[in-house]
Amino acid sequence: MDLPQPSHIPHVTGDALTTGVAIEGLSKSFGSLRVLKDVSFTVKPGEIFVLMGPSGSGKSVLLRHIIGLEAPTEGRVLVDGHDPMVEDTRGHVRMALVFQDGALFNSLSVYDNLALYPREHRLGSEAEIRERVMHALQILSVEKAASKLPSDLSGGMKKRVSIARALVIQPQLLLYDEPTSELDPVMAATIDEIIATLKDEIRVTSIVVSHDRDLALSIADRVGFLMDGRLIHIGPPSGLKAPEDPRIADFLNPKIDIRNPRFKSLEA
Amino acid sequence: MKQLRSILEGIGSAIFLMLRSASFVGTIPSQFARVIEQCYLIGYTTLPIVAILCFFVGSVLALQAGYSMQDFQAQQFIGSLVGLSMARELGPMMVSILLAGRVGSAVTAELASMKVYQEVDALVTMNISPERILVLPRLVAVLVMMPVLTIIANLVGWYGGAVVCRYTGFIAIGPESYFAAVRHVVKFKDVFDGMVKAEVFGFAVVLVCCNIGLNTRGGPREIGASVTRAVVASLILILVLDYFVTKVLI
Ligand SMILES: Nc1ncnc2c1ncn2[C@@H]1O[C@H](COP(=O)(O)OP(=O)(O)OP(=O)(O)O)[C@@H](O)[C@H]1O
Ligand SMILES: [Mg+2]
Repeated sequence: MDLPQPSHIPHVTGDALTTGVAIEGLSKSFGSLRVLKDVSFTVKPGEIFVLMGPSGSGKSVLLRHIIGLEAPTEGRVLVDGHDPMVEDTRGHVRMALVFQDGALFNSLSVYDNLALYPREHRLGSEAEIRERVMHALQILSVEKAASKLPSDLSGGMKKRVSIARALVIQPQLLLYDEPTSELDPVMAATIDEIIATLKDEIRVTSIVVSHDRDLALSIADRVGFLMDGRLIHIGPPSGLKAPEDPRIADFLNPKIDIRNPRFKSLEA
Repeated sequence: MKQLRSILEGIGSAIFLMLRSASFVGTIPSQFARVIEQCYLIGYTTLPIVAILCFFVGSVLALQAGYSMQDFQAQQFIGSLVGLSMARELGPMMVSILLAGRVGSAVTAELASMKVYQEVDALVTMNISPERILVLPRLVAVLVMMPVLTIIANLVGWYGGAVVCRYTGFIAIGPESYFAAVRHVVKFKDVFDGMVKAEVFGFAVVLVCCNIGLNTRGGPREIGASVTRAVVASLILILVLDYFVTKVLI
């Protein structure tokens, strides 16, 4: 039986991870469906790791393993040497995940969505919490939506609010699931800047799932490429400019052939 | 075989959920606002129909009793019959059934949608235990509200019986002698036993509904399926528990 956790989390900024994230021979099956197949890589403290790959290749599932929402079928995940599935780990390491579709609390206003974490963990007076929350909302220019309910937001605003909610946690490890997918180019660039700034200033370790090659080129320290549940490539972002692997090349620069369209060959 | 297994699994996970929630009892004072909110929801949603339903349950009891007793000239015992039946059985039973229909279904729908839309996952990643902030306040609130609702159910039911006795031609018993009969047989223990029942049923209903809600998997369609399952499970549970609790209390 687990005892109640002390609701105290040290929240000094600038305390980077010590050993980073290690993924060792991770495989995951849902029933007979094998989603991840023997994935291994490490992410160093303070690094920005961008994970790319086609839809359905298992990127979201991989992130869910790193934050401890999913148990590996085989292999293991270590965050700073701890198993993220264990409740204690979340007391030691501050982690946050920006969910692909936001996962905002629908019954709470935007403000309360952000304030929930500091309130529950008693990270200061209501005034201090207010400052912290409004600051995060301002960074993403959604402070005007503070009193709205998530259902009244546009897709891009939801995404920004969920990024702001992750920032309020002041995480040491921040996982983003397609943070820029619903945003206009200016906002997407802002997100890139946020990720890079967090790394430069407080050495936040980031793992970013994205289809955005510009994002990878501009901020990534390393890029991993997941295809069909396997990590088929890992290396510096410069490798994306002229990828050697034809699968990656085709994914990044799909050639449009009007006379012989893809969907025709799919129908056949 | 598969059915039996899923029932046993359900019981197991409900007990586990109860223990997990119980491990957070120390946080109740800090969650006072949530408990009050849940008390309000439980009371507000069930009180009007509890009142209407129990008024008519009391009335029908009196009417049936009066009809079958008129040959024996035993109308003066109607108060005793209505009084005891409401306090020991029908009051707690009706309140629990309405709780399952109105509160249980809403709880399951809410938690199931939180689960399906990954809000529960988001809580876990924030190191906020869903059992602590979603389940515990509801369990505490139902324990607080069940006795209140049961007392009201009893009073309204007795009163319904009195109205019928007064205005039905072949019964024609005044409120004084009706309530004298109620007072004569209904002891504090009867009312108390009824409240114990109500507490057990209410707790079980909310626990099972939370458990089914939190164990919802899949897409939005599953929310509806979970609600149905939760209400059916609650009703069966009430009737089964009724037998055992009655046996213990007698
Ligand atoms: N809980 C689950 N149960 C069963 N199958 C699942 C579950 N979660 C994911 N899958 C399956 O795992 C595979 C990978 O899903 P995942 O969400 O990780 O893809 P993705 O790479 O994030 O794709 P996208 O870019 O479209 O978000 C899919 O085939 C999906 O159907
Ligand atoms: Mg995904």
